Amino acid sequence: MEVLVCIKRVPLSGGRFVLTEDQSEVDTRRLGFTISPHEECAVELAVQLVEAHGGAATVLALGTPESLEQIRESMAVGIDRGILLETDGAEWDAQGTATAIADAIRADGTEFDVMLFGNESADAANSQVGIRVARLLGRPVLTGLQGMSVTDGTLRGERAAAGGREVFAVPLPAVATVKDGVTIPRYPSVPGRIRAKKKPVAQSTPTRPEPRLEKVSYTLPAETGKRATVLGTGPEAADAVVEVFRKIGAI
Amino acid sequence: MILVYVDHDRGELSELSLQALAFGRHLADGDEPVHALMVGASALEGAGTLAAYGVTTVHLAVHDALTDYTPVASARAAAELVTRLAPRAVVAIGDQRGNEVMAHLGAITDLPVAADCTEVTLGDPTRVVRARWGGNLIEHGILHGATPLLTLVPHTVRADAPGDGVGNVEQFTPELTDTDLLVRVVDRVAESHGGISLTDAKVIVSGGRGVGSAEGFGLLEDLAGLLGGAIGASRVVTAAGWRPHDEQVGQTGTKVSPDLYIACGISGASQHLAGCHTSKTILVINNDADAPIMAHADYAVIGDLHTILPAIIDATRAAKAG
Repeated sequence: MEVLVCIKRVPLSGGRFVLTEDQSEVDTRRLGFTISPHEECAVELAVQLVEAHGGAATVLALGTPESLEQIRESMAVGIDRGILLETDGAEWDAQGTATAIADAIRADGTEFDVMLFGNESADAANSQVGIRVARLLGRPVLTGLQGMSVTDGTLRGERAAAGGREVFAVPLPAVATVKDGVTIPRYPSVPGRIRAKKKPVAQSTPTRPEPRLEKVSYTLPAETGKRATVLGTGPEAADAVVEVFRKIGAI
Repeated sequence: MILVYVDHDRGELSELSLQALAFGRHLADGDEPVHALMVGASALEGAGTLAAYGVTTVHLAVHDALTDYTPVASARAAAELVTRLAPRAVVAIGDQRGNEVMAHLGAITDLPVAADCTEVTLGDPTRVVRARWGGNLIEHGILHGATPLLTLVPHTVRADAPGDGVGNVEQFTPELTDTDLLVRVVDRVAESHGGISLTDAKVIVSGGRGVGSAEGFGLLEDLAGLLGGAIGASRVVTAAGWRPHDEQVGQTGTKVSPDLYIACGISGASQHLAGCHTSKTILVINNDADAPIMAHADYAVIGDLHTILPAIIDATRAAKAG
């Protein structure tokens, strides 16, 4: 089985972002970088599929040359080879990204049975790239999967829906976009990291089309200016909490 | 005319569908009509109720094969309406299904899509404000497309109360191929824990690292039971396997907006807040009075949740009995 997984290098932050002076970019000088959480799970799924069915797993990233770091991270947990579509760091919109990825897949020539994406990237979150690539390549696509399996030429996926989960099934070859939690990513081993350094990465530099969703600037959300009213300390605050429950109609 | 894609669950309209309509009305210029697209014969009854929310015409796509949610076929039906009716914009709510249908519509029509918008100014050019990083970064952008395709961040607007509008339902049969019908719901699995789903719950009792263990969630379950609520969790908790992944609240989990969100032992990383900050009331139970979540909460109790929760459970039980 040939499996492709597409990843994106994104900054790592749990707090408030800092912007560059002209507000055109996030100031990433003090931030580390990582793979979007959804895609971390997609990488793990790709490795699991090859472990179960044989074949090879390929990782593809469109991004700055530093994205090689995230390609190597994926290789350290078992991905066999990489494709890096190098950019100069300017913003690519979903259409441009999907077109470049579809072109690269065609140029690569491998008939991928399963192509995996994150449901949306952690940063831009356009929620479109996997769907647009699927359309360009004429493949069915299941999205937002929180559970996924491949058996007997069928990709089956499920996700949360009103009252439970909804289940989809399509024949291979197919595309799936997955969510954090669809599986638990493994940690890379030391031998895995060493092997990753020797695995092949094909590099090319696609031309960025004029973005049709054009980013102009960023702002940060307003500080809430809020400060929680402290009802008390310890178990003695329980009655005050119940008063709040009453006031807002929770009981 | 503004066209709104209105999702439904086997005929049942959700609060989010009504938010999409409220946004469509907000985008409409003066008395510009708002139309809606609903897909599948099961929506017939629901379609009839949309006039009360200011929809002048509901286009109901009916086809023998449209018995449950089918994203590509829904986008096909929308594409047909875009060609036939030339709406000034197409809007959907930015949940999983809304974003999915709109991305397919964008791919079919080769138009760009602005997903997760919070503000839109239609015009030449169309300006959008959209949420990145689950709302922790705000993008100001320009959408270059003959027909702006937009999804709206859930809970950005409130659903309007029904009025006394008059409208009609027009059925049509979209042209669909077998490929358009390939992706469809083939089965359903009931909620594993049998309770209320996170997105529907009016009260969510959510736990983070401070809960300490899978067993620690017993107290949260007791309180959720008393308040008719659901359990939520931070990413640390689901990654540790203390709770199932579908209970994760946050940027990469479920985005919730209940009447009451009780955050137990959750410090409030931006990724978690992205999933709960629109809750009407947030109550924090935390031993750190300086945790980042305090700047997003309405009320707080400081101290050890393992002693505070039993006291709250007892007091709530007494209040309900009294």
